[in-house]
Amino acid sequence: MKTVNNRNVGPRNVGPQNPEPPQPPRWAQRLLAWYCRPDLLEDLQGDLHEYFERNLKTKGSRRARLIYCLDALKFFRLYTIRKPDFLNLFIHWIMIGSYLKTSRRSLVRNKLFSFINIFGLAVSMSVGLLIIALTTDLRSYDDFQVKKDRTYRVITTYKNLDQPAVDLASTSIKVGKTVQKTVAGVEDLTILRNGFSGDAHVGETVIPLNALWADRSFFKVFTFPLLAGDPATALKEPYSLVLAEKTARKLFGDINPLGKFVRFDTLNYVVTGVANDVPKRSHLRFDALVSFATAEAQFAKTDPNFYSWENVWQNYVYLVLPETSNPKSVQTALANLNTQENAALKNRSFTVTLQPLKEAALGRKLDNAIGPTMPPIVVWILGGLAFVVILSACFNYTNLSIARSLRRSREVGIRKLVGALKSHVLGQFMAESVLISLMALFFSFCLFLVLRTQFLALDPRIGTLVTLELSPRIILYFITLAIGVGLAAGFLPALFFARINALQVLKDVTAISLFRHISTRKALIVIQYTLSLVFIATTLIGYSQYRGFIAFDLGFTTENILNIRLQGNKGNLLSKKLAEIPAVRAVSQSMMITSLGSIHGTTMKYQDPNDSAMVWLNQVDEQYLPVHNHKLLAGRNFTLRPKKGEEREVIVNEQVLKRFNIAQGNPEKALGQFVTADGQKLAIVGVLNDFHYGSVDRKIEPVIFRYSSEEPWGYLNVKIAATDLPATMASIDNAWRTIDKVHPLDAKFYDDQLEEAYSQFSVVLKVIGFIAFLAICIASLGLFGMVVFTTETRLKEISIRKVLGASESGLIYLLSRGFLGMLAVATCVALPVTYFFFDRVVLTNFAYHQPIGLSNLLLGVAIVMALAFLLIGSQTVRAARKNPATVLKSE
Amino acid sequence: MKGTNLGEFEELVLLTIAALVSDAYSVAICDELEKYTGRSAKLGVVHAVLNRLEEKGLVKSQLGESTSARGGKRKRYYEVTHAGKVALLKAKEIREALWRIIPGFNLEGSL
Repeated sequence: MKTVNNRNVGPRNVGPQNPEPPQPPRWAQRLLAWYCRPDLLEDLQGDLHEYFERNLKTKGSRRARLIYCLDALKFFRLYTIRKPDFLNLFIHWIMIGSYLKTSRRSLVRNKLFSFINIFGLAVSMSVGLLIIALTTDLRSYDDFQVKKDRTYRVITTYKNLDQPAVDLASTSIKVGKTVQKTVAGVEDLTILRNGFSGDAHVGETVIPLNALWADRSFFKVFTFPLLAGDPATALKEPYSLVLAEKTARKLFGDINPLGKFVRFDTLNYVVTGVANDVPKRSHLRFDALVSFATAEAQFAKTDPNFYSWENVWQNYVYLVLPETSNPKSVQTALANLNTQENAALKNRSFTVTLQPLKEAALGRKLDNAIGPTMPPIVVWILGGLAFVVILSACFNYTNLSIARSLRRSREVGIRKLVGALKSHVLGQFMAESVLISLMALFFSFCLFLVLRTQFLALDPRIGTLVTLELSPRIILYFITLAIGVGLAAGFLPALFFARINALQVLKDVTAISLFRHISTRKALIVIQYTLSLVFIATTLIGYSQYRGFIAFDLGFTTENILNIRLQGNKGNLLSKKLAEIPAVRAVSQSMMITSLGSIHGTTMKYQDPNDSAMVWLNQVDEQYLPVHNHKLLAGRNFTLRPKKGEEREVIVNEQVLKRFNIAQGNPEKALGQFVTADGQKLAIVGVLNDFHYGSVDRKIEPVIFRYSSEEPWGYLNVKIAATDLPATMASIDNAWRTIDKVHPLDAKFYDDQLEEAYSQFSVVLKVIGFIAFLAICIASLGLFGMVVFTTETRLKEISIRKVLGASESGLIYLLSRGFLGMLAVATCVALPVTYFFFDRVVLTNFAYHQPIGLSNLLLGVAIVMALAFLLIGSQTVRAARKNPATVLKSE
Repeated sequence: MKGTNLGEFEELVLLTIAALVSDAYSVAICDELEKYTGRSAKLGVVHAVLNRLEEKGLVKSQLGESTSARGGKRKRYYEVTHAGKVALLKAKEIREALWRIIPGFNLEGSL
């Protein structure tokens, strides 16, 4: 027996002499630790080690290590293997019933906190649900296209001199034709053209149609199944027409339309196919398709520009690549085409690139879009806002859970004593928070249903873009979101509980270091309030800017002016009819309505033939200036209506004089000077005070008014008396119907149109305002919970202070001091951040913005602070007024 | 493997534990076995047997005080239980009974 002991001691004596004794191979140690049952592990490790050190002496380090490895492997036996983890997990599942029970009890016991948590999560998640539904909707655009993944669109970037580049969804026909002929590796290619609008006549039936020109490969590229007709030949011949099912039904009823004729203007088109109606989520939308050969037959001869490289405004080219092919090869071919074609151009360039079809609806912002689009930045911003609000609600959960830990730590302590591992406690609290967030999901889903209708009603354009309908996939996303939120919210508290020392807690509950986390909680509240303040300040600043746009002094009057879109009718005819209505004061005609954002440009020259510049243009009649109260600085209005081609006069604004330095900018002297606009020599007969032409965020630019008799005019501007509007509108409608029976009257008040033009702005404002409201609600709820908790836990302290003679106001100060400090910090952070963000980043994009009122910033602070004071005040007063006797007696 | 029947190696291990008294832990048992039987006892095998004996309730084990040798790991000491003692005695009795009935001449010549 003694020999054994001695041997046992041996290695120990060796150790200290050798500072770095060789160690057994680490991987073998790890292997053993991995597979071995925890209760056997120490024993086995010890044995192996002992043998190892013995072998070191007798057999050398290499053999010793080898033997160690072999032995570690040999120990791998049935009884040494640890139970696999899934068994533990299984035990977890058995315990879930118990977790649910304790969670439910805790929820019911703390009604206020449960309410705050569930309500906050529900409200914030509803915004998240909206974003999910929106993104899913947008991402599923064109999903019905079978070849979606390999379909591409050719898009164009137009650059002119030093002006900013314009990205267009459209491109030139030449690109399509060239690629078709010369580029290898393109399976199919189709050319579309928009701008076909007209009324379809079949017998007595007249229907306005929205159609596209499409070439014969259209049905090879896109998946629009034909109910009747042959997709291969339907769009081959000129003047053939494919109708959507709904349109066909409207025009022909139940009669088979194949081979029948539809008349547009004076031309007859033969129906060669009937297609299924366009699905809702398609970026291409049409009532009918006209063969591209028709467009070629109609325009190619008269318009020399038709096939030109520079004619990029109306045509769309889509191509399908074979499954094996790489878009890069086509991209290279397009790049070559770019260099080749642009070499012939001066000062301008058109660069064509491929864009995947997937990005047509939710992709970069392109002008001349053929269908509805939403730039991803909008989704990102909305998503970011939703994320912030959800985070805020999670903060509440974290904060309140840790604050309440005093009450639940005993439960955790007992659980740990009976054998719960850290992971079990972690699991329990994570499960609890997930459960709560799933409950919140239920409420937030109800809220989502309400929000959805509100959101879709915000702007009619949103309704045409998305439906936000539910699908199993979306529901799955919702649940994923809820689980994610639950895990995020519950992680910190769960970790906190898992780390609790069971013995300590059970010995003395107060020993738990509750206030160690106070700085975290303070930081969370400060963050919440900072965000709320930023949000509300943003809303208020945005609102004042918006009011500024709407009420902007455009330099002319828009009051009581009704703009009627002529829709191809004769302006003079309607004008005469309208003049008979007593409430109509004056009627003018114009090509377009200014200040709504759309612009028409023309090139103009003064004396220097090399100095030409773009000026904005409107064609008006002699009534236009008086109707809109434009101020003439010098000269006169148009007087004589010129015959076609005999136009001689032009009225300009001051900016024109400045731009061309006409008469050193003196309006009186500028009269009678000749300018050339669009190749026509015109005399300046009047100079107008500067006024706004484009959207209000642009600078005031040079504008000219031309006077020509060319029909058709775009609009009638009707100045009407403000009395009895319904009757006036009714008589105007009657007058309209006498001249146009097909199209309904399209009349809008100028002021309403202005508001509409900035509706995107107001939509954004409404959304941000709503989210600001949510953020404040959630932050206030969190603050409220914290105040209630703090005053409750300090009730004893307060009572003793009171007994010892503290005044009520002193107590209120004591209780609210900490919170007020946090709010002060939040204000100090939020205000400068918001100010600089707007001053330096946002408002620099607007030429004529309102100054950022300090009042806007302070008003936001005042609102949030008032709310916070109310919360803190009500609770602290309540606590301070409590009778100390009742509090102290119960202890 | 059912019941308390002892295998030959099991019996040897059990006897060794009893012989080592308070010093019976795996490595010592191995050494002792090698010394007396002359055959090499593999650690893994001995461990398996110890585990089996413990399952049968013939030995019980507990971890000893921590030491700085063995990489700081504690030793697991084994001790023969009452059931173990009974099993050993029974095995011995069976053998002795068998020895007793062997006719004397049968073995003498072969030695």
